[in-house]
Amino acid sequence: MIGSGDLSPPGAEVAVAAPPARGQLAPWRLLLRRPTLIAGAAILLFWVACALLGSAIAPHDPLAQQLLATNAGPSGAHWLGTDQLGRDVLSRVIAGARSILLIAVAATVLGTLLGTALGLVMGYFGGVIDMLASRLVEAVLALPVVIVAFLFIVALGPSTATLVVVIGIVFAPLIARTVRSAVLVESQLDYLSAARLLGEKPAHIMAVEILPNVVPAVLVEFTVRLGYAIFTVATLSFLGFGVQPPTPDWGADIAANYGVLAAGYWWETLFPALAIASLIVAVNLVTDSVEQVLAS
Amino acid sequence: MTRDAGPQSSRGTAVATYILRRLGLALVTLWLLSVIVFFAGQVLPGDPGRATLGPLAARSAVRALDHQLGVDRPLLVQYWSWITGFVRGDMGISYQNRSPVAPFIGAALVNSVKLAALAFVIVVPLGITCGVVAALRMGRITDRVISVSGLSAATVPEFVSGIVLLVIFAVELKWLPVQASAGPGASAASQLDHLILPAIPLVLVLFGYIARMARAGTIEALDSDYARTATLKGLKRSVVIRRHILRNSLLPTITVIATQTGYLVGGLVVVEYLFRYSGIGSLIWTAANDKDFPMLEAGVLTVGVVYMIATLIADVLYTVLNPRLRLGSSG
Repeated sequence: MIGSGDLSPPGAEVAVAAPPARGQLAPWRLLLRRPTLIAGAAILLFWVACALLGSAIAPHDPLAQQLLATNAGPSGAHWLGTDQLGRDVLSRVIAGARSILLIAVAATVLGTLLGTALGLVMGYFGGVIDMLASRLVEAVLALPVVIVAFLFIVALGPSTATLVVVIGIVFAPLIARTVRSAVLVESQLDYLSAARLLGEKPAHIMAVEILPNVVPAVLVEFTVRLGYAIFTVATLSFLGFGVQPPTPDWGADIAANYGVLAAGYWWETLFPALAIASLIVAVNLVTDSVEQVLAS
Repeated sequence: MTRDAGPQSSRGTAVATYILRRLGLALVTLWLLSVIVFFAGQVLPGDPGRATLGPLAARSAVRALDHQLGVDRPLLVQYWSWITGFVRGDMGISYQNRSPVAPFIGAALVNSVKLAALAFVIVVPLGITCGVVAALRMGRITDRVISVSGLSAATVPEFVSGIVLLVIFAVELKWLPVQASAGPGASAASQLDHLILPAIPLVLVLFGYIARMARAGTIEALDSDYARTATLKGLKRSVVIRRHILRNSLLPTITVIATQTGYLVGGLVVVEYLFRYSGIGSLIWTAANDKDFPMLEAGVLTVGVVYMIATLIADVLYTVLNPRLRLGSSG
């Protein structure tokens, strides 16, 4: 037991050795060398291009109905076939990238901003504020995201703005939890005591001193949440509480054409489903690379 | 309380204190949850009488219905009667069916538990086995395949994997039925047959988490001093794994399995809707579509209660099974 007095607290050495802020270039170069990132980013860029250009690159008008050519299988004229109303599936898949990306990205940005602010406050002040906020976070986490979102969207009525705000608010506690633990690590370090002794205001310390040091954690959380946001938006649209028809949307299109799946018209549901899967896998590949590079 | 003093009984007291504190925290969280649900279900949507009767109904009729439903009382009174009713098992009257909500919730919960239990029975042994195998083959091709496929399967929405499964097994091969309900009075075997396909999307999502936890736990246990001691003592590798590694690596997995209950219900909404199965998920969906707020609130709060109980049981199990866990300040 005598020897234990000589041991410094765990993490103390790491804290001293950690450089204050390394140049931003090194991690980015490392990132670009990873094949998983290249693959993920390529798929992601493809869907972003579809979202931006939409009907300009679609072979047909995604809303144009051809009631004499409904439920037609893949052919030269319609590469991915037509749906129940004779609309071109390929064009709807291309145009459908817009709604899901727009809502998912906007919701993730909102959730990250709110969550980071909440996490900073919880981690920095601690005490009663932290206790109360932690209970609230846990209460929201006790329910699946889809169900919380559901409850609020039903109460407020589905619209793009509602989806963004609801998903953003539901994600904020999850992000806050990560940021809070990152802040707790930082608050043990000397530079914060120094800032406090200099008489800096809490808001200043949080924004200028702590925030830059928790940015990597926030960045990883952002990419992870983006994947879940896509998952959530697609699921809500599929359940009929997201993007409303006739706007092209993968989840809504699957729900609309799902009824004729058993009759053998599989292309109307399978291709939007594959689009969702590819987008989510692409985001995960990017997330995985970012996580690995920041961890190394 | 045990009467004889000693290290054994002091540990018993510490565990009891921990469990009581954990229970207290769970109750506070549940109360906050009920406030959120009440707010979303009763405050945000506005006037239920107007919503039920439509914009053309006379104001007196709306007021009469509001009075009958009790929504013209002050919010605090409404909240109090709603939450005390809920605790007593009286979950209110459905707007849609004009009958008590509780029996619907009970029946739906039983159906959902069947589906969820089947998913767990498949995924828990599968996830743990694959996680342990991945850890024993760490860094090799088996490990990479298990880890990457687990991660990919976990992130694809259930309705996407569900549709792919439906196309292959129900539409093309016709091996399994398209719908999940076997009809009233169906035999257990027929029920099981109908539930296999809906259970697989849930298994796919859960598999990745459980395998990852089992893998991490096993790697940690393999690295430990006691595993090294056991090996140096001359025990066979299979004995070391069974007796020393598995016991320790499975502890964190229990917690993950419980926390996944919360997710599972979210997955159930989608899977039950996709396969037309009448469980708590499709009940919530139907209530949401009908704007039947008493039913919706009861369904959502029930999900929260189930989740709280599951995590509480997991925490207690973890504490009881793990003698090394520090019991906060009371330990």
